[in-house]
Amino acid sequence: MISFLSQPWPWYVSGPAIALIMAVLIFSGKTFGFSANLSNICSMVGLGRRVPYFNFDWKKQRWNLWFLAGSIAGGYIAAHFLQSPQPMGLSAATISDLQKLNIPFDGKMEPGSIFNWNYLFTGRGLLLFLGGGFFIGFGTRYAGGCTSGHAISGLSNLEIPSLIAVIGFFVGGLFTTHLLFPLIFN
Amino acid sequence: MKAIKYIVAGILFGIIMTKSEAVSWYRIQEMFRFQSIFMYGIIGTAVIPGIILIAIIKKYQLKDMDGQPIQFITKDKRWKKYLAGGSIFGMGWALTGACPGPVFVLLGQGYTVMIMVIAGALAGTLVYGQLHDRLPQ
Repeated sequence: MISFLSQPWPWYVSGPAIALIMAVLIFSGKTFGFSANLSNICSMVGLGRRVPYFNFDWKKQRWNLWFLAGSIAGGYIAAHFLQSPQPMGLSAATISDLQKLNIPFDGKMEPGSIFNWNYLFTGRGLLLFLGGGFFIGFGTRYAGGCTSGHAISGLSNLEIPSLIAVIGFFVGGLFTTHLLFPLIFN
Repeated sequence: MKAIKYIVAGILFGIIMTKSEAVSWYRIQEMFRFQSIFMYGIIGTAVIPGIILIAIIKKYQLKDMDGQPIQFITKDKRWKKYLAGGSIFGMGWALTGACPGPVFVLLGQGYTVMIMVIAGALAGTLVYGQLHDRLPQ
């Protein structure tokens, strides 16, 4: 079982597995949307007294914070017990494009040359981690959802607002990848 | 304890996000460069069963595990916030290679530097909360 699960998963297995998580939450009377937790945390630490936006009953969202805690544990379990020994099957074109930006493909899921504490204390590292994080927090709250809330839950419910949000994800992502990355990494 | 159910669902989510490689910075780059079907395949094969599931729930008015009718909140139709907010999030998604779920999954995998992404995301959330009334919606 463990060795079966440890193989790299084809995308047509992963997609339905994500839909299954959404189904579990729907049948529990909840909505699959991870970024709501960013507001939940702000409300939980008492910011609702100062900022009306966070003035809601976060305890009703406690289930989502448990889900968040579980996701950290799930990452730990997968990385320690279900890791595939093979290098990730990234496309040759991406490997070559990233090479031109001086980001080598090391076969792992995250580039080791970037995802470390030494890199954080460079201009690029601050932009990537703190700046990128800021955009994630600000953008998902402004759009009212992230990939789970809009791309999965919203599109499954055939919501036009979610389609507009997903188009936005790509406007920002394509702009950053094709116009900003050459400026940042060269 | 209801908490257990959501913790287990979260654990499964963390495992699925890791094994699907959807948490991978490299995979997100591959997606934004249109160099593989991989990420599109994941989203597509998640959404298609999702559409069928929600259509069945609505058609047969299925109830949740507590016997309550399942309701889907319709999002309001003002479009500016979706496009503007979505684009800002897209920039963060490309830079960090992670959306909010994977940020925490990666922390669990041992990428402790993700704490700084979480700090940035909470700062962004706080600033949005303060500007909320003044931004075009």
